[in-house]
Amino acid sequence: MSQKKEMKFKFTPIIIVVFFFIIFIIFFTGLKNSNIYTPNINIEKKVPSFTLNSLYADKETVTEKIFDDNKFHLMNIWSSWCIPCREEHEFLMELKINEKIQITGFNYKDKTNNAKKFLDELGNPYTKIVIDGDGTASIDWGAYGVPESFLIYQNKIIKRYIGPINGKSLMEIEKIIE
Amino acid sequence: MRLLKIFFMISIILNFTLLKADEIKTENQIAKNLRCLICQGQSVYDSDSEFALSLKLVIKDKINEGMNEKQIYSFLEQKYGEWILYDPIFNRNTYFLWLLPLLIFLAGGAIIIKKFYIKK
Repeated sequence: MSQKKEMKFKFTPIIIVVFFFIIFIIFFTGLKNSNIYTPNINIEKKVPSFTLNSLYADKETVTEKIFDDNKFHLMNIWSSWCIPCREEHEFLMELKINEKIQITGFNYKDKTNNAKKFLDELGNPYTKIVIDGDGTASIDWGAYGVPESFLIYQNKIIKRYIGPINGKSLMEIEKIIE
Repeated sequence: MRLLKIFFMISIILNFTLLKADEIKTENQIAKNLRCLICQGQSVYDSDSEFALSLKLVIKDKINEGMNEKQIYSFLEQKYGEWILYDPIFNRNTYFLWLLPLLIFLAGGAIIIKKFYIKK
């Protein structure tokens, strides 16, 4: 009887220690996981199709027609009210010089006048600009904020840049194109 | 005659709202089950961010297109990954998550039964 009691006395603290150890491991690994949404940026995906109005010409543009050639394309989601878009703009202007790539603008939830003013002020790196007034087309792209850019080759998204394009990503794009 | 007309108009208006209400209900239900990706700890329904506002519009469009709730979830999962859904799907990564309560329940039952046996 006394032996059994002794066993029990030893058994409970061990269980408690093991239990807390397991909980500690679970929470510790959970602590390292980012709880901010981080989409997979390297997955190849087909370009979603949309029909949108363009900013300057008063006609509708179909996506497949833009990206359906042997060139590289960068589709850049921007807006005149977005401050990081201003920072990124100079890099886009730099990229415009490169003839192997065409930049398409995707104007997100913007007023047409403000968008035009923005381009008059900072220059226009885009060969084509489509307008997404209510943001529904951006959902099709899996985009969730501005600025965001998609590198496209032969109707496929090969790389995705979330946030403004900087010198580093610019170099990376130029390397991919080469 | 006039009264009849007014009655008729009111009944039509009431019917419209009924239809709409039903639509809005499913719309909100879907939005409540989606995680707003740029705001932490908020559902799409609760959020007023640009992203959430457009997503609500998309949900509305998809309902009008005749998609049901499940189809909309799978559409969004395709676009944004499983993270956008609040309800985790039962697969290899979530076996532990889903089965843990069951395991704890069984362990608790085992303890209780053991106690009773020991008492006897």
